[in-house]
Amino acid sequence: MINKVVTLEETLSFIQDGQRIMVGGFLNVGAPLKLLEAIYEKGTKDLTVISNDTSFVDKGVGKLLANNQIKKVIGSYIGSNPETGKRMNDGRLEVELVPQGTFAERIRCGGAGLGGFLTPTGVGTIVEEGKEILEVNGKKYLLELPLKADIALIKAYKADTFGNLVYRGTARNFNPLMAMAADLVIVEAEEIVEVGALNPEEIVTPGIFVDKIIQG
Amino acid sequence: MTNSREIIARRVARLFKDGDVVNLGIGLPTLVADFVPKDINVIFQSENGLLGLGPTPLAGQENKDVINAGGQPVTVLPGGCFFDSAMSFAIIRGKHVAATVLGALEVDEKGNLANWVIPGKMVPGMGGAMDLVVGARKVIVAMEHTTKKGEPKILKKCTLPLTACEEVDIIVTELGFMEVTPEGIVLREMAPGVTVEEIKAKTEAELIIPDNLTVME
Repeated sequence: MINKVVTLEETLSFIQDGQRIMVGGFLNVGAPLKLLEAIYEKGTKDLTVISNDTSFVDKGVGKLLANNQIKKVIGSYIGSNPETGKRMNDGRLEVELVPQGTFAERIRCGGAGLGGFLTPTGVGTIVEEGKEILEVNGKKYLLELPLKADIALIKAYKADTFGNLVYRGTARNFNPLMAMAADLVIVEAEEIVEVGALNPEEIVTPGIFVDKIIQG
Repeated sequence: MTNSREIIARRVARLFKDGDVVNLGIGLPTLVADFVPKDINVIFQSENGLLGLGPTPLAGQENKDVINAGGQPVTVLPGGCFFDSAMSFAIIRGKHVAATVLGALEVDEKGNLANWVIPGKMVPGMGGAMDLVVGARKVIVAMEHTTKKGEPKILKKCTLPLTACEEVDIIVTELGFMEVTPEGIVLREMAPGVTVEEIKAKTEAELIIPDNLTVME
């Protein structure tokens, strides 16, 4: 099977100004910190970051934000990083806030070949603005559309060299969904093992979704 | 004397039934876990991908990969499990959560809830709140009865952007226990020492006072 393990430097050649990048993690847990640090040092600009939250001021995605590398954020929560709100208010940053369940499902749709889904979440709130409202069996739903990206940056606990992934604890969060929804999927794994070393029953993300793997 | 937050948490904790799956919001609602009666087994869910939340780990025994939705390290009880965020919100929207307990900026007579944004001032984002309020079978607002300035939070009509429409079932404050019904908000119980006049004065919404009003324990 193809060995997808590369160096950190090799992955950087795929990251370009202006790309849409999905970043796994929930309040920095399950975030690919080594990859983010490398992008911070490279200075890639005008990124659209699709991530549940913007981490903290001096950590993960928060570091790229403070370094003026992000032009737009799509996520559900920015309260842990005051810099995000400040930049949004003075117009330096575009922020699209999405309810967390809708955010997760939009990414899942993006990777699952679906054209969208109907959710009761957000009906009667400002979230419904500009969206189609459909009534099914007498109940109102919002039509929410899929989210996709150029690149997904994924954090795994273990990867085999083909890219089969295992996660740990709540570090799983959005990672398995994002691994399905981007053109190029780069994984940062705490531990890399040979093909065959992982129990097929415990693999959460099938390796076919993964393009590159680096040692975390 | 016990403080307001403890009075509220204690009352909310008695609303659960054995086997209920419950999601607690950040802040005051998190305290509820400490007061669940010992003879009842409640399964706590955290929307970042965990069922079976246990107590806070001892210092030095934290697992960096196991946190609650507020970012604090937690433990997992035997029988607990992890899953991704799509599964987590399928559990939530799919009506598999018996109750969610959240704080509020405003609640109104129709059961509308505002708790995620003060335009121009506080814009943290809604996180999972909108999904939880729409999806949980029972929505319990646990909050102090008025703002720090003493202004009512239980209103005739919410003024802030809504989290969800007509989803709140129960409101518990340090002054009383209220139920949102199609007729309006019914005051079911009052905390010891509180008078109907006092609670009415601190509530903008019209409170319905039934004959069988009891004392909140």
